[in-house]
Amino acid sequence: MEIIKEVNAYTPVIPKKKYSPVKEFFKNWKKQKTAFWASIFILLLIIIAIIGPYIAPYDPYEPDYNSTLQGPSKEHWAGTDEYGRDIFSRLLVGSRISLGVSFLAVFLGAAGGILLGLISGYFGGWLDRIIMRGSDVMFAFPDLLLAIAIVAILGPGLTNVVIAVSIFSIPSFARLVRGSTLEGKETVFVEAAKSMGASHRRIMFKHIFPETLGSLIVFITMRIGTAILAASSLSFLGLGASPETPDWGAMLSIGRDYLGTASHVVMMPGLAIFLTVLAFNLVGDGLRDVLDPKTKNE
Amino acid sequence: MEKLLQVNQLETQFTKDKEKLKILRGVSFHINKGEVLGLVGESGCGKSLTSLSIMKLFKGTSGEIAGGRIVFKGEDLTHRSEREMRKIRGKQMAMIFQEPMTSLNPVMKIGEQLLEPIRLHLDLNEKQAKEHVIYILKKVGIPRAEEIIYEFPHQLSGGMRQRIMIAMAMSCNPQLLIADEPTTALDVTIQAQILELMKQLQKEEGMSVLLITHDLGVVAEMCDRVAVMYAGRVVEEANVFDLFESPKHPYTKGLIGSVPKIGQRKDKLTSIKGNVPDPSNMPKGCKFAPRCNDAKAICFEEEPNATDLGNGRMCSCWMFEEGRENVYA
Repeated sequence: MEIIKEVNAYTPVIPKKKYSPVKEFFKNWKKQKTAFWASIFILLLIIIAIIGPYIAPYDPYEPDYNSTLQGPSKEHWAGTDEYGRDIFSRLLVGSRISLGVSFLAVFLGAAGGILLGLISGYFGGWLDRIIMRGSDVMFAFPDLLLAIAIVAILGPGLTNVVIAVSIFSIPSFARLVRGSTLEGKETVFVEAAKSMGASHRRIMFKHIFPETLGSLIVFITMRIGTAILAASSLSFLGLGASPETPDWGAMLSIGRDYLGTASHVVMMPGLAIFLTVLAFNLVGDGLRDVLDPKTKNE
Repeated sequence: MEKLLQVNQLETQFTKDKEKLKILRGVSFHINKGEVLGLVGESGCGKSLTSLSIMKLFKGTSGEIAGGRIVFKGEDLTHRSEREMRKIRGKQMAMIFQEPMTSLNPVMKIGEQLLEPIRLHLDLNEKQAKEHVIYILKKVGIPRAEEIIYEFPHQLSGGMRQRIMIAMAMSCNPQLLIADEPTTALDVTIQAQILELMKQLQKEEGMSVLLITHDLGVVAEMCDRVAVMYAGRVVEEANVFDLFESPKHPYTKGLIGSVPKIGQRKDKLTSIKGNVPDPSNMPKGCKFAPRCNDAKAICFEEEPNATDLGNGRMCSCWMFEEGRENVYA
């Protein structure tokens, strides 16, 4: 029998794995197949929005009366419109307007809604009542109707579209944030922060606001889809971008006269809007699954 | 000895549906400089509310101080505004909570959270503040403090988190530390470590501690003096030896009697019969009378006042009231 003379006091060194929430997020994100591809589509779209005007094969404003209303071909991938302008080029350039308007509107709306929601949920009382009744009134109008009313007051134009869409986004953000604030202000760590002498502002923004971020990111993503639709609808109704601008909604609006003869004039911008909104909604759904711990691993 | 905190006939009430409900009905006690006062009593007697009243942490509830005085370092806090209280909280008095699992913000790094009171109350630059954080972390016995400040609360165990909470409370050198059942959520070995740590820090810094607990073992271990609370009032106040040696109030007797003793074989544990009275439906007279074995007619009629029994002992019971021969014979 072999006698063990020496005890090998080897303690395994466990490599300390550094916890990184970002890495963890990307790991889970790749598991969301549809949302992952949708997010890549959006990423491409954002790149196009930035470099669109430089890669467009034709000038989006230059009419070409020799080739009006042509169907998709090798020269014109998405065909041409009634002035012979290349629709593909117009879509590329227009992506900047559609994305820009909706991003700006949603972020402005979110900023307003977050502030109102935090104040309303945190302080409660009459402030809460005023803010929530105000948003109830806004909720009573259908979204688009409210936007039309606002643009009607302010006058048509892209800037006013941004203002209108952001205003009708405010109440839904306010409600969402108010809900999480009500939950957050009851937590022990908020009380602990108070017992350390933290001010209201500090507690609201440093302790409660990060708690709402998860649901907020999901909601912002979803809302961008809605904002693209709303902005396009306003342009379609002639309340947004002027007809010569290559805005997707405005292109739809002009194209509807040729629906019977050259349907691609409507189809192409319609497809662009449809795919973009779909992508944002898919990403929103995926984000919810990844960020909400309750639905995790289901 | 100099009194750091004096609570005098403190009354705290909540309003619900326009009805006022008094939870604290005249709490009186004091804490000397550098001493540990235990506040004991069963659940719902108003221990935690007393500590929240001292800090005036009522925001978001209908709670308010309805009467009495809180005197801290010779200054009356009762009518201080929220803004003035904020300067006191964390700097002069700090608090440790029961649940270390939830009292740290889960999405904030440990170091960031510890910096919060330091930035608020101490005049240090970023580098000094960070050094101070590492210094207190080491002081409360946290290993690899330099790394821990970049970690999140969920990466630490309950005992470690409570140490972090203690570090946070201690960071601005408060004169008064209020510990609301700091060890209830921890297992026994960790409990002992945390108590040991608190005791050591208290001695080193010479601060006063208000230790809220329902564990008489913790009281015996930690406290210099004890205040026993029942139904929103302090019924007995004594130094810790006297209290365990010869409890005066029938409730204190019951509490001490209900602690099982090692080596004693019993089929049934001793308990005090009955329940804590409902604050909205308090009995007349002494609130403990319905559960008291020695209750006499007077006990159901009138509430006894606190009687000074000498040597810093106070007891609110008809047994010790002046002229008790007449009513209690």
